[in-house]
Amino acid sequence: MPEGKEGSPAAMNRTAVERKSDRELVVTRTFDAPAYIVFEAWSKPELFKRWWVPKSVGMSLVSCDMDVRTGGGYRFVFRHPAFDQPMAFFGTYKEVTPHKRIVWTNEESDQGAVTTVTFEENAGKTLVTFHELYPTTAALEEALAGSAEGLPEQFAQLDELLAGRS
Amino acid sequence: MVQFNETRLDASFAALSDATRRGVLEQLSRADASITDLAGNFHMTLTGMKKHVAVLERAALVTTEKAGRVRTCRLAMRALEEEAAWIERHRQLWSARFDELDKIVEHLKSKEKADARRKRR
Repeated sequence: MPEGKEGSPAAMNRTAVERKSDRELVVTRTFDAPAYIVFEAWSKPELFKRWWVPKSVGMSLVSCDMDVRTGGGYRFVFRHPAFDQPMAFFGTYKEVTPHKRIVWTNEESDQGAVTTVTFEENAGKTLVTFHELYPTTAALEEALAGSAEGLPEQFAQLDELLAGRS
Repeated sequence: MVQFNETRLDASFAALSDATRRGVLEQLSRADASITDLAGNFHMTLTGMKKHVAVLERAALVTTEKAGRVRTCRLAMRALEEEAAWIERHRQLWSARFDELDKIVEHLKSKEKADARRKRR
């Protein structure tokens, strides 16, 4: 794989997705900011809701309740033009270590993933690693087929968006 | 990722040296098929076809998956392509998501710098 030069914008902004095993999805990206800032954007609902559902996905976040501390809960309600009913996602924060690590469950079904996100700061930059572990391979396939649904129609739109930015 | 090492190539060439197995690959390039279907199409016993499929599987040219009593065969390259497409779909979602996060992070950073400047005055 060709790698961008260290510190170049291409290397900085590269989002890597890996299916680490039949039950695990890992996404990584480096942000040009200290960990406490990235953590703040992840843990404050008013900031989180501005990036978690990119416009290009075509969904809107109707409500976003987050109590980001160990034992706290979250509940997100989405709307998609293709569905009459809004969809709710909810779960519990199992572990919250400020500026370092958040672990949460997904509890709409007993097939929900356990997600761990870590923030590793190095020389003023922060490597974010998002790791989802599903109870079974089938659960991963199903959940991720669902999350990518509605994307194809928006691909053209997304391409435009990304092209326009670079 | 697939490693085209020597042992692997040897196994591939050995697998391709047989006309029936080449025929099976040709058929699978059009659509997935069960071992029973393949045996029927090639006028062969189930046991005979199983052996051919096992050789193709060892050479990593074909993958098989059992659902109930049916074992479905597919081209391994197709499975790889599907996996690559799957990864790409999720990469697009996460790129878009993290591009948005990046904007917010930049905004917070510049706000903090501005605040720090104001305090120093």
